[in-house]
Amino acid sequence: MTHVDGNALAGAFATALGIEITVTVGRCRGCGSSFNLACAHVFITAMGAVMRCGHCQAVLGVIVRGFRETLVNLSGLDYIRVPRL
Amino acid sequence: MITSNRVRWHLGRVISRQFETGSAVRLELAVPTWPGNDAGAHLDIRLTAPGGYQASRSYSLASSGESTRVVLVVQELPGGEVSPFLVRQLAEGEEVEVQGPLGRFFVWIPAEPEQSPVQLIAGGSGVVPLFSMASARERELKGAEFRLLYSVRSPRDEFFADELAELSRTVVEIVYTRESAPGAGRPPGRLTREALAASTFPASLSPRIFVCGPTSFVEAVAGWLVELGHDPTQIRTERFGGSR
Repeated sequence: MTHVDGNALAGAFATALGIEITVTVGRCRGCGSSFNLACAHVFITAMGAVMRCGHCQAVLGVIVRGFRETLVNLSGLDYIRVPRL
Repeated sequence: MITSNRVRWHLGRVISRQFETGSAVRLELAVPTWPGNDAGAHLDIRLTAPGGYQASRSYSLASSGESTRVVLVVQELPGGEVSPFLVRQLAEGEEVEVQGPLGRFFVWIPAEPEQSPVQLIAGGSGVVPLFSMASARERELKGAEFRLLYSVRSPRDEFFADELAELSRTVVEIVYTRESAPGAGRPPGRLTREALAASTFPASLSPRIFVCGPTSFVEAVAGWLVELGHDPTQIRTERFGGSR
């Protein structure tokens, strides 16, 4: 399947965590590179979205929007740096 | 710069709809609670079926600034869950739920001090957020030099044909990939690295570059730009998946 990028997850992360994901910087646990999460490769299906590193393709995280809650897994990131807006 | 906007859900009413091409519609929504948006931002549209099933998709905004009217152009993806409804069925006067404004990475903000020129590169319907940036530039008396390179299948598939022709502060170049305009100087064909180099600001001018289009287009263009000597940190990209 064709991927999109982290720009497409802005709405999902705004709802779940109240953060602007596109200008949030994350460091990949797989290869150590840091980048705006707008640049992450994102695979969206009806079940949810998987974020992968654009450099090494490691899974950075998963976000699943349910009816009553949103599941967020960011276990492939060492950290995220969220700008104060 | 639109700063204090917290992202939330809004109710928008369709004020007007018109076909932009045979398979794309231009929608103008009145969103009374919309806080305005930067050029290049997008929104999510959420549709709810009678049984409660919901589907949402992201669409770039063609409009920017402090207005409670927003404009988007939706390209129909055959077999899609959301776009065929928006293109074929959603009528004037009907309401839709929208979330936004979304995105602070793929935006151009006029007030930023800008020494270097701005190069916009669009593939297909990826022209929407770039048109928004060129329109925002049009409203400023002073500012960076702008160029837009727009790759599109044929004149029939072109978005904003009239508006692009009227831009006075952005130099527009259109590459037709399948079928040229009658009497066009060059035959149709896909963008190549050499054509890209010939139609964009050179790396020596250190332009800021925004690329939006189908994923394969964006990745080819971004790769060529780096090969042509552009600084990767000056290149901002937005991919929307399959072709068109």
